[in-house]
Amino acid sequence: MSLLDLLFGSKPKSATIAKERLQLIIARERSGAPGVPDFLPQLQQELIQVISKYVPVDRDDIKVALEKQGNFEVLEVNIVLSEPGRQAGD
Amino acid sequence: MSKIIVVTSGKGGVGKTTTSASIASGLAMRGFKTAVIDFDVGLRNLDLIMGCERRVVYDLINVINSEANLTQALIKDKHCDKLSILPASQTRDKEALTEEGVERVLTELQHMGHEYIVCDSPAGIEHGAVMALTFADEAIIVTNPEVSSVRDSDRILGILQAKSRRARDGGEPVNEHLLITRYSPKRVEDGEMLSYKDVQEILRVPLLGVIPESESVLHASNQGTPVIHMKDSDVAAAYQDTVARFLGEDAPLRFVTYEKPGLLKRLFGG
Repeated sequence: MSLLDLLFGSKPKSATIAKERLQLIIARERSGAPGVPDFLPQLQQELIQVISKYVPVDRDDIKVALEKQGNFEVLEVNIVLSEPGRQAGD
Repeated sequence: MSKIIVVTSGKGGVGKTTTSASIASGLAMRGFKTAVIDFDVGLRNLDLIMGCERRVVYDLINVINSEANLTQALIKDKHCDKLSILPASQTRDKEALTEEGVERVLTELQHMGHEYIVCDSPAGIEHGAVMALTFADEAIIVTNPEVSSVRDSDRILGILQAKSRRARDGGEPVNEHLLITRYSPKRVEDGEMLSYKDVQEILRVPLLGVIPESESVLHASNQGTPVIHMKDSDVAAAYQDTVARFLGEDAPLRFVTYEKPGLLKRLFGG
């Protein structure tokens, strides 16, 4: 560590980043969830089928994503419904 | 009473063969009759690290296929008379390792009075690596303080807990030991490298030792001498400590803290 670093504080440590990344990925791999992204396409497909029964919906109108926020994993499903006017016209 | 030790890691190039050679030598130096087996069929290297590559006549696969007997294939180590080496085959592929064959060789080694049998695993999680760990009583997981090595170690721990004979029989689990190699206390201090505590916290395996990064490992392999024999080297001392701890002795960790250079060196860069 150089004198400048000592005086002005140091940059974020890469070892800390490494530890956080490892804790995340290893916890995920140990939990036995077989590669979470694996089921996302199928989930999206089935959601489209279910929702289409009630509302006309396009494949691109459904977005499924998995995010890590702090200690939680958030499954985000975003469905954009068509405008009512258009729907009535169908 | 005889124990089978697997030295494994998942990832390649982390120091499995260096560790196998030094742990086996260390146990033999302590007076235990020891054998070390190279399971890396097709890519044998233990013979080079042990310095016996010119004395290889028969190998593990020859013994498994009954083309040679075990006494013909075992090579006496030049440093320790209590140590023998069983080289891997260089020409066959790993499928030649059958579970029955490996078991027969290990049982015969035990009947010959070997107190420790060290199995040097190939990298990966394929057949060869599984065969090396199948009959283990003890497992030494060699890990570098680096993301890919830590993740692969976790993976091989899972395989150990699923595919070893002990796990399959549902008895006592294999005793796991973590050995961290290529450790640089300075880089840890500078926040550039995972500390041994970090690695242990992530993997949750009891720590057997920390081997510092050192030039003497290359010097040793250049000469075909297990690094534990290198006089005045930190690595040799760290391996001796590791063997002591493996045998249940109390040996405090050494070479894990960085000795700061003096103030002048710090001011002018060192």
